[in-house]
Amino acid sequence: MHNIIKIAIRNLVRYRRRTLLTASLITIGVVFVIVFIAVSGSFKNMMIGQITDSMLGHIQIHKKGYVSSIDNLPLNLALKEAAVKEIGAALDGMPNVEAYSVRIKFGGMFSNFAETTNIRLNAVYPEKEFKTVPLLIDRIIDGKKGLQRGEIFIPELLAKGMNVKPGDTAVIIATNRDGSVNGKQFIVTGVLGSLSGPGGRDGYIHYEDGVELLRMDEPEASEIAVRLKDFGALYKAEAMMKKLLVKNANGDIAGLLEVHTWETLSPFFNIAKMIDVMTVFIRIMLVAIVLVSIMNVMIMAVYERIREIGTIAAIGTMPGKILSMFMVEGLCLGAAGSVLGGIIGVIVVFAINIAKVKFNFGMQTGLVLKASVNPSDLFAISIIVIIISLIASLQPAFKASRMEPITALRHV
Amino acid sequence: MDLISARDITKIYRIGEVEITAIKNLSFTISPASFVSFVGPSGSGKTTLLNLIGCLDMPTEGTMEIVGVKTPALGWKERATFRGEHIGFIFQDFNLLPVLTVYENIEYPLIMVQNVEPAERKKRVLRLLDEVGMADQKGKYPDQISGGQKQRVAIARALSTNPKLVLADEPTANLDHATAYMVLGLMKKMRDEFNTTFIFSTHDPKIVGEAEIIYTLEDGALKSKQVVKKGKAARGRKHA
Repeated sequence: MHNIIKIAIRNLVRYRRRTLLTASLITIGVVFVIVFIAVSGSFKNMMIGQITDSMLGHIQIHKKGYVSSIDNLPLNLALKEAAVKEIGAALDGMPNVEAYSVRIKFGGMFSNFAETTNIRLNAVYPEKEFKTVPLLIDRIIDGKKGLQRGEIFIPELLAKGMNVKPGDTAVIIATNRDGSVNGKQFIVTGVLGSLSGPGGRDGYIHYEDGVELLRMDEPEASEIAVRLKDFGALYKAEAMMKKLLVKNANGDIAGLLEVHTWETLSPFFNIAKMIDVMTVFIRIMLVAIVLVSIMNVMIMAVYERIREIGTIAAIGTMPGKILSMFMVEGLCLGAAGSVLGGIIGVIVVFAINIAKVKFNFGMQTGLVLKASVNPSDLFAISIIVIIISLIASLQPAFKASRMEPITALRHV
Repeated sequence: MDLISARDITKIYRIGEVEITAIKNLSFTISPASFVSFVGPSGSGKTTLLNLIGCLDMPTEGTMEIVGVKTPALGWKERATFRGEHIGFIFQDFNLLPVLTVYENIEYPLIMVQNVEPAERKKRVLRLLDEVGMADQKGKYPDQISGGQKQRVAIARALSTNPKLVLADEPTANLDHATAYMVLGLMKKMRDEFNTTFIFSTHDPKIVGEAEIIYTLEDGALKSKQVVKKGKAARGRKHA
């Protein structure tokens, strides 16, 4: 094999210009794919992070039927105290669960005593909510970063529209499940930056204030948001929760729950899917570049070396060895482009990070792009290029190995 | 025992509906360690005959035995193996591999065809380089040496696998006369050294006389066989 590699490399060096052109084309393709994957991947992960860590959580548990009417924030589809306790006990026993937050979600009227407008509210235990959605605290653009009973976080646009600032007093009026109306006075303690997507323009109050405002007989919950220790194990965790909570749960909650990942709750998932689809297309383009360029070079190589093939076949070189000589030549070309492309791609990604490229997402501005290359992506791209190089070389190499020496020797 | 025994060999090429008979009912035998020439004008069938002997082509009719093997019965891969084991080739255009040095060209069949151990390989290549007088040029590439030197390397390559038979199709056609005599002298010397049968084709009447057995071909048929036995001393003088 050492000699086959030596001959292959020398033949590539022999046609230096053509080899350089082809290797450059493959290198450019690999660099492009690596940079695209790094940038789009980091954009996607950052957006997913923003959505899951600022409002949604990784997984949410609701009473069956709640999600299909989620826009109405139905109070009659809330989880009862016993069910919340049972779910909490189950979540406490799951090793991948980092935190969870019980929420009451409801719509109400916000009044600054001069004007009134509608508001969507989450009643939460602040310490649990901050653990479950750790970026929520960073969304507080004005006011204190904490929430006590009698205090409220309001969304930025509402604060601007109603001309309310931290320290002001406001009244929340809400209709409870049986239709009666109740009101409660709050002190605005924080203004939250808006986010794209569901829940991105909600206000927050303390859970017990929510129970009181809605005159609940017992503490109920619209949803339980869950944060996982390992986001990569999202589907595994979802399956485990479904198994534990939906199928196998005893008593009251059996068959009454639904478990959803952030993907089914946020429209951004479709954008994330589109990014994945685009990545696949970019990879297909790379495959096409490698396939066409290597096949072209190898066809030329075989055509130009017909007499040489005739000579080595005449002196007894077996067809398998002739086949390997050309396959290895294509492989070396692909491997060179892949390695070079990998190195340059990583350098470009590194340069993008040093340049601190900024972008906007919805209401959020000045987000710094943190491009990163996953070693498994680098490995996968290299393997794709190498396999395609082999496939592209196969036909010309096979043709060379099957050449009749007498015909090849006659070739002018 | 004859090294080669050919009986009623016929080779017909079909080009569309046209049939061209390149070799007609040709029979001959060649003994081991012979120095044989097939001569004749262009189109007389010399190259076709060498291709048949070299198992590069198969006769349309007739039987041929080389080192006791009926070569027309061999399959495609078996022929390649047979060539690698028993036959060496010298080409008119030298056909050295341009990416390999002189040393590596001679070594090539030992690695890629016969899989000889490195120590034995080195021993054989160095000996052949010495025999053909190319030891001081072993690191050069084919484009860095002259035509005569290339043919010397080709002779060494043909002999590297210790074949019973070396076939040379017009080995001197691209060389001047002095170099051509030198190459033929070297081939004879190698024949004496390794007991290998050399068969070459030529249409040059000046070098035909260097052969010890001359077969004359005309229109694919054997016209005459001439045995010209020369002493070693006489051969040495002529090629000095």
